[in-house]
Amino acid sequence: MVSLEATLLFETAEKLFAREITPAKLLDAQGGVWLDGPWQALEQAGLTQAMSLGEDLPVAEAAGLARIAGAHAVPLPLAETMLAHWLLGRSGLEAPDGVLTLAPVRNESLALHSDGANWRVAGTLRRVPWGRNAGHLLAIAEHQGTTHLLRLPVADADITEGLNLAFEPRDDLVFDTHLPADAVAEFPEGAQGFQAAGAALRALAMAGALAAILDICVAYANERSQFGRPIGKFQAIQQNMAILAGQAAAATGAGDIAAEALAGAPGGRIDILPIAIAKVRAGEAAGLAASLAHQIHGAIGFSQEYRLHFLTKRLWSWREEFGAEAEWSRIIGRAILADGPDRLWSRVAAI
Amino acid sequence: MTALHFPTPETSAAAEALRAEVRDFLAETLKDYPPHRRAESWFGFDADFSARLAARGWIAMTWPKRYGGHERSALERYVVLEELLAAGAPVAAHWIADRQSGPSLLKFGTEAQKAEILPKIAAGTCFFCIGMSEPDAGSDLAAVRMLARKVEGGFTVNGTKLWTSFGHNAHYMILFCRTDPASQRQEGTSQFLVDLKTPGISIKPIHDIAGKHHFNEVHFTDVFLPDAALIGTLGNGWQQVTSELALERSGPERFLSSFELLVQMVAWLQNHPSAQAEILTGRLVAHLAVLRRLSRSVATLLEQGENPNIQAAIVKDLGATLEQEMPEAIRHVLALEPMVESPDPAAAVLAHIILNAPGFSLRGGTREILRGIIARGLGLR
Repeated sequence: MVSLEATLLFETAEKLFAREITPAKLLDAQGGVWLDGPWQALEQAGLTQAMSLGEDLPVAEAAGLARIAGAHAVPLPLAETMLAHWLLGRSGLEAPDGVLTLAPVRNESLALHSDGANWRVAGTLRRVPWGRNAGHLLAIAEHQGTTHLLRLPVADADITEGLNLAFEPRDDLVFDTHLPADAVAEFPEGAQGFQAAGAALRALAMAGALAAILDICVAYANERSQFGRPIGKFQAIQQNMAILAGQAAAATGAGDIAAEALAGAPGGRIDILPIAIAKVRAGEAAGLAASLAHQIHGAIGFSQEYRLHFLTKRLWSWREEFGAEAEWSRIIGRAILADGPDRLWSRVAAI
Repeated sequence: MTALHFPTPETSAAAEALRAEVRDFLAETLKDYPPHRRAESWFGFDADFSARLAARGWIAMTWPKRYGGHERSALERYVVLEELLAAGAPVAAHWIADRQSGPSLLKFGTEAQKAEILPKIAAGTCFFCIGMSEPDAGSDLAAVRMLARKVEGGFTVNGTKLWTSFGHNAHYMILFCRTDPASQRQEGTSQFLVDLKTPGISIKPIHDIAGKHHFNEVHFTDVFLPDAALIGTLGNGWQQVTSELALERSGPERFLSSFELLVQMVAWLQNHPSAQAEILTGRLVAHLAVLRRLSRSVATLLEQGENPNIQAAIVKDLGATLEQEMPEAIRHVLALEPMVESPDPAAAVLAHIILNAPGFSLRGGTREILRGIIARGLGLR
C-alpha cells in the first residue's frame, strides 16, 4: 500500500514534470542549459526534501520519486539532492540549501587526514553527477580503517566538465582543502553502502524510464501504420512488445526491492545485497528494453526530434553509474558463494 | 499502467514460522534424496511423499475445512510451495490436483463432486491429470474436437487427449471437450470430472526426449459419463478452462523448477573460484530474486481476488527464459560434460536440465501464446 502522503507527493511531481519538462526543455538541457525555472519549481514543491520527512513519509516510499523523475527523463539532480539530504540527516550533518550531489565510489578516492579538530582532504572525484551545478557534494573517504561521510563545498574544487551518454553533466572535481569538524561523520555502512544508496535511486530511475518507454512503444505501435494496418497488429511486433513488457516488469520489481532496501537492514541501515540485485537486474533490463524500443520505432526513434532517445540514452548511462552490473554481480556472487550451496535458497528467500 | 501493477508482496510472521517448519520437515524427510532426483522438481513422483505432506496439512491448504482443507492463507500456501520447489521435493503426485483440479472443482463443481473428491485430494491420496490438449489442439485449445454427445442420463465421449502428464498415475481427469457438435471454437464446450477407471478409457505412454515416461495419450472410446460428471454449466467450458489455466500458469514452479542446477553450480564453484563465476552467480541470483518478487506480487493479486493473467504470463515467460538460459550460461564457467548417469551430481543435474529445458517454454502455454496474451493485455490486438 502506498501512503496518502506518497500519493499526494507523486501526483504533485507528475503534474510538475509534465508541465515543466517539455521536449524543448530536454533539448535545452542536453545542450548544456541549467533549467533553473523547473529546478526552483520542484524545490518549492518540496520534492528535494521528500526523503527527509521522517515518519510522515517512509524512505522506501519517498524514493519512488526517483522512478517518476526517471519516467520523465528529468534533466535535473533531484534524485541526488533528495538522497544527499537523507544521507546527511541520518549522519547528523546539516544539509545546506540548494543543489546537492554525491560522488560515486571508484577505485581512486579522497585522502582524509585529521588536522586538529578539523580535517584536511585531498584527491579527485570523478564522474560526479551535476558537479558543476551543485553547491555541495557528498563523498566518502577512509580514515584509520573507518569510512567517513564528507560534505564538501563545490566552490573548493577545480572542475573538469564531462557528460554521460544523455549529455547530463558528469564532472571531475579535484579537492585540496580543509573541512570543519561538522562536515564529517562516520558512515557505518561503508563505501559499499554509500555506493548502494546511489545505485538504489538509479535502479528506480531505470524502472521509471522503462515503464515510460513501454507506454511510448504501445502508443506508437497502435498509431503507426505500415502494410495497411497498425504495426502493433503484426505478431513480430507483438512478441517484441511482450518481451519489452517483461523487462519493464523486472525493472519495476527491481526498483521496489531497491526502495525497500534503502533503510531495510536492522536499525534502518542500508541493505546492500538487495540493492545490488536490483541494480544488476534493472541494468540488464535497461539494455534489452532500449534495444527493443528502438527496433519497434524504426527510424523515427533514432532521430533527435522524437522523445524516445531522452529515455534510452539515460538508460545506457544509468546502468553504469554507481556501480555497473559487472561490479554488483560480483559482490552478490561472492556473498552467495561464500555461504555455499546449503544456504543459497535461504539467501534468495530473504530478499 | 494496469499490466505492470505488481503490488508489494504480503509477508507475515505466521508465514515465516511456517517456512521454518517446512524447512525442518524437508531437511529430515529428504535427507537422502539425491540431487539428480531433486532436479526433477515438480515432475518427481512419489505418492508416499504426497501422503506425508498431506498429513502435515500442506495440501489443500486454502480450502474450506468441510472439504478437508485447512483454511490457511494464500501467502502461507505460497511459502510451502516455494520451499518444496527449492528443495526439489517430489510433489508431482498431488501437484496438479492441488494447484488446479481441486480449486476448479471448488469453484465450479457440484456439492456431490466437492464432498466426494476434495477430501481425498487433501489427504494426498487422489491424483489428477489435465484433459486439455488434443492431437489437433495444442496451443490452439479452442480447436478441440473431442465430443461428449448427450445421451439418456449422461454423455458418450469419443476422442483422444494428448500430452497428459501423469495420466498413468492419476485417478481422475478434468476433461475439456465439445458438448455441442455444431459449435465452433470456444462455444459449446464443457468440462467433466472423469474417473479414469471408467470403461472405454485407455492410457498409452509417450516417452519424452530424455526417455522418461510422464506424458500419455488418453483414448476415449464410447465412454459413458453420467450427468453428475458435468462440472459447472453446460456450454461454459471455455470460461472455466481459462480460469483453470490461470491457476496453472501463475505459480512459483514457473521459475523454480531448475533451482537444483543453481545449487549444484554453487557447490561446484566452491572448488573452482573465478571472477567470471562470481559475476555469473550474482547475475543469476539477481534474476531469480527479482522473479520471486514478481511471482509473490502475482500471488498477492490472486489473494486480493484480482485476475492477474497478464502479470502471470509475464512471470512465466521471464521464468522460462531464465530457466532455459541457466544451463547455457553455466556451461561458460563449469567445464563439465553433462551425463545423466554421472556420479558427479553437477554433471547429472546439468544433463537433466538440458534435456528438459525445451519443455519449460512449452508446458502450461507456449512462449508465443503467453506473449500474445501479454500483447493483448497491452492493448495491441
